[in-house]
Amino acid sequence: MRRFIKSPFLLVIAVGIVVLALPLFLPSNFYLRVVALVYINALAVLGLNLLMGFAGQVSLGHAGFFGIGAYAVALGPTYLGLPVWASLIGGTAFSALLAFLVGRPILRLSGYYLAIATLGMGVLISMVVSNESDITGGPNGMEVPRLVLFGWRATGPLTWYWIAGVSLVIGVWVMVNLIESPTGRAFRAIHDSEIAARVLGVQVARYKLLAFVLSAVFASVGGSYFALFDGFVTPNTTSFLLSIEFVVMAVLGGLGSILGSIVGAAILVILPQFLTVFHAFEHIVLGVIIIVFLVFLPSGLLPSLAPLFRRRTS
Amino acid sequence: MSILSVENLRIAFGGVVAVDGVSFSVEPSEIFALIGPNGAGKTTLFNMVSGLYVPHNGRIHLGGEDVTHLAPQELARRGMSRTFQNLQVFFRMSAVENVMVGRHLHEKRNVLAHLFTLPSVHAQNRATRAEAERLLALVGLADVADKPASSLPYGALKRLEIARALAAEPKILLLDEPAAGCNPVETEEIDAVIKMIAAQGVTVVLVEHDMRLVMRISNRIHVLDRGRTLAEGSADEIRTNPDVIAAYLGGMGAQEAARARH
Repeated sequence: MRRFIKSPFLLVIAVGIVVLALPLFLPSNFYLRVVALVYINALAVLGLNLLMGFAGQVSLGHAGFFGIGAYAVALGPTYLGLPVWASLIGGTAFSALLAFLVGRPILRLSGYYLAIATLGMGVLISMVVSNESDITGGPNGMEVPRLVLFGWRATGPLTWYWIAGVSLVIGVWVMVNLIESPTGRAFRAIHDSEIAARVLGVQVARYKLLAFVLSAVFASVGGSYFALFDGFVTPNTTSFLLSIEFVVMAVLGGLGSILGSIVGAAILVILPQFLTVFHAFEHIVLGVIIIVFLVFLPSGLLPSLAPLFRRRTS
Repeated sequence: MSILSVENLRIAFGGVVAVDGVSFSVEPSEIFALIGPNGAGKTTLFNMVSGLYVPHNGRIHLGGEDVTHLAPQELARRGMSRTFQNLQVFFRMSAVENVMVGRHLHEKRNVLAHLFTLPSVHAQNRATRAEAERLLALVGLADVADKPASSLPYGALKRLEIARALAAEPKILLLDEPAAGCNPVETEEIDAVIKMIAAQGVTVVLVEHDMRLVMRISNRIHVLDRGRTLAEGSADEIRTNPDVIAAYLGGMGAQEAARARH
């Protein structure tokens, strides 16, 4: 039984069941929209958690990759005449390439220095999309065409619920696979002791770069979905504040916890919807809630609560 | 031909010369010990040999090849593995996963296959785990394989590092104070493990403070004092060398060494 519970594949099935069942309980399109947003954010946070929670490298610029994904599906069809799906793939490839080129020099840094370097990268991307207003519409943003696959137009909350939900399940599956593979073990080894990892033959710089590129891919796909879902893209998708939100989601849910990434995204997307009753104090209340969470559950929601469940089931 | 030879190694940190002109060579399958008082430069010497520090002077040859400026991961490919005096355990992983990381160089590392878990990845994971469990059993940790490393006692972590280093199938294994902080029972267990490793044809170089352990298991002993070579020889030669007794063993140490003979 214990072994069954520990089977990592069970997590994929559990997330799959929740994704399948939720639409039955959601009373309106508004809720479908919110949950679809949770899934989209969770995709980006999954990638960030791979980098921060497993490989132990910080990034304060992940909204940069999210924004590249978002603008790719707007710019590709508008200026290059590409189909939307091709623009999505192109944007993902561009994010991966950029992460590779930027990551090579900056991943030599660690701790605060790496945080500042990634922050700089995010701010630069944000400045490009804000200032190149002839192409991107600047702060006014630009329209995003609908995703069309085989003559079928992807539109409406339910459609995007399914696209984001299925993608999330695939994302969780890929993540579970990775964590339990030699690559995943190398990531986790680097997190705990770089010296020991090197002595065992792990090419530390190469694996850090790989984690950075993979996390950029997740963020970029999330960004593309977000823009397609909204039908509009603004520089907010690249903002420093969004980078911080991703970090908060990852930390709140639990660094190094796959389910935690989803829970963290859910909290930070859903909570503000309910806090609107506080009107002007909304952000203050949200801030206080985050602080309370982190004070009482410092290792994140999921890792802190997991032992309680384990005690109850055994 | 010696498997590891070190010629005239020197390194200084600021004005402090930690290791100064040390030379030795280690023959295949022997147990070679480095001893010396605190601050003699034993661990510094280890860090140079394993590629963590770059010596300012001198040469290191591994299996006849000049490896003086090679990084640790390159040395690992050439069959060198080591443990650490101050533990470098992967604390967020389970005991068996720690040892599985040791198999890294012997695993196929195709990231795309890992992302989508092809059946071959499953098979490889099972094989890696089986080998890791075998090594854990070898060092007496079979029953804690799935415990988080952070929950294990100190002596167990020392042995976990040995199992992890062995997982890399090294030709030469550097052990930095394998028995430090261990009680007499644990020390004897480690003693047995080291002898077994050497019996399997792995060359062992160890730094150790526990004189009884060193005298009992080493083929040859190299004594350092303040970064320089003081003496080299068999346990008996070292035990009776007046320089060594004066500089290192002192009254207590000589008694201990004498007791170890019986």
